[in-house]
Amino acid sequence: MSSATNAMPGAMESGGAAPVAISWGRQFYWSVLREIWENRSVYLAPLIVAGLFLAGFILNVLSVRHRTHGMWPFNPAHQHDLLASRYEIAAALIMGTVLIVGVFYSLDALYGERRDRSILFWKSLPVSDLTVVLAKFTIPIVVLPLVAFVITVATQFIMLVLSSVLLAGSGVDIARLWAEASFIHVAVIVFYHLLTVHGLWYAPLYAWLFLVSAWAPRAPFMWAFLPPFVICGVEKMAFDTSHFLSFLLYRLAGPDAGTAMTSGSHADFMSQLIPVHFFAVPALWEGVAVAAVFIAAAARLRRYRGPI
Amino acid sequence: MACIEARGLRKSFGTTVALDGIDLRIEEGRVLGLIGPNGAGKTTALNAVLGLTPYQGELKVLGRDPWNERDVLMRDVCFIADVAILPRWLRVSQALDFVAGVHPRFDRAKAEGFLAKTNIGFDTKVKQLSKGMVVQLHLAMVMAIDARLLVLDEPTLGLDILYRKQFYDSLLNDYFDGSRTIVVTTHQVEEVQNVLTDLMFINRGRIVLNCSMDEFESRYVEVTVRPERVAEARALRPIYERQALGRVILLFDRIDRKQLTEFGEVRTPSIADLFVAMMSGHNDVAVGAKA
Repeated sequence: MSSATNAMPGAMESGGAAPVAISWGRQFYWSVLREIWENRSVYLAPLIVAGLFLAGFILNVLSVRHRTHGMWPFNPAHQHDLLASRYEIAAALIMGTVLIVGVFYSLDALYGERRDRSILFWKSLPVSDLTVVLAKFTIPIVVLPLVAFVITVATQFIMLVLSSVLLAGSGVDIARLWAEASFIHVAVIVFYHLLTVHGLWYAPLYAWLFLVSAWAPRAPFMWAFLPPFVICGVEKMAFDTSHFLSFLLYRLAGPDAGTAMTSGSHADFMSQLIPVHFFAVPALWEGVAVAAVFIAAAARLRRYRGPI
Repeated sequence: MACIEARGLRKSFGTTVALDGIDLRIEEGRVLGLIGPNGAGKTTALNAVLGLTPYQGELKVLGRDPWNERDVLMRDVCFIADVAILPRWLRVSQALDFVAGVHPRFDRAKAEGFLAKTNIGFDTKVKQLSKGMVVQLHLAMVMAIDARLLVLDEPTLGLDILYRKQFYDSLLNDYFDGSRTIVVTTHQVEEVQNVLTDLMFINRGRIVLNCSMDEFESRYVEVTVRPERVAEARALRPIYERQALGRVILLFDRIDRKQLTEFGEVRTPSIADLFVAMMSGHNDVAVGAKA
């Protein structure tokens, strides 16, 4: 190959002709943005779910007020429940929504562009495959958790304001309500949960979906879910063990189910929130390493892939 | 420096050989028409040039290895495949924003200028545009990129005559400046005949003709032979024979034009005529005579 002699003048000429480089960060930024343009469900789905939840919440508070006929305050534990348990439902609903959006987004991320042939357009632009894949991977592990955080906290704040308004004059101690709601505490817990579980712990799961999405000749959903299912069955048959299944369940449940969501008294959460506990779990870093390998493989595969 | 240089370029899919050891050199500033029947290897060759497919052999595009340096190469190379590749969900304004965001050589004002001449609204989504308008949009974006090589793979497939004519007109008037290289494949050969500076026929993964249009015009002559001179004309070994309206038409390669004038009406063949002649079997008069 006479690559050295040929490449040099070419590189110099293109370098001198015009401002050539666009920073990696800028290309990455626009690549993430274009994913959000294409997949508006990233923010629309949790917004709609939050809206529906708030409508349900209003009905619920009004019925509580109606039933109690202003006979407040009832017992304090009940008053605590008025918001705390509903906070959890709100958070669980929104997080579940972004989880579902994330799964379907990931399965389509590198498959959809091949199916609709638009990969030819994206590949005609000077953006590397790795940049594209990383930008796409940012959606499930950074953008969706952030969206979930903002919408969850906003929803919980609206719940607090709504209940204050709806219960005003009913005898409920509004100041007590705000104190019990421990708004900041809950926000911190939600943030911590999203960062650790959705962002890091689930990274290898999303990366697996990306790999399948980059590879699958068709039906990525089937290729993503059939192999684990079959492995579990065959393992049970051959060795009468369920190691693979418990491995998957551990990965799905999170390293420490106790820190997962709000429950019990608020004082407990803060003590469990010491990140060292979570970051000291070796399985976390094994998962992150596996995710890195899957993503690198997906980027490599995209280079070979054309429209289907 | 050559724009595209290949030595022994090979590519096979299983047992099917798509490119069978191609050697070629395309200088900068040329407009090359790559013509071949379906399955001849045109698209495979272009995909190799664009870094979309791995290959065997040596290939340099603007001095770079396309397979390993696609992203860098695409700063200097633009590409329009057939009409379907712009994502349908994309808005025109988003398309401009995105390309401006990632492409160092994109001049947004220029693209907006080209679009202003069309009926394409900036708020429209690609899926709301007609086929012709999608191509207009893509061309407007590509022409606003200061690239050195433009690759067009069947760019006007499925467009009506007006859009097709407009496509090549704007390409020549607003884009081609003599220093850029354009490679175009098409089945609508007659439309590009006046656009090309170079011509390449490819069949079964091999180059069967590679010449400049000047050479094409001086080399090939088509004669509508007067009936009484047919036998004499055939003796000069035409490369192809066909009949139209009862007249015998012979196609000659490298035969003196003056000599042929006495047999009948002489003209430069169309690319399509030569293409049919060459794809029907080389130097085989019998094939043509059957027609």
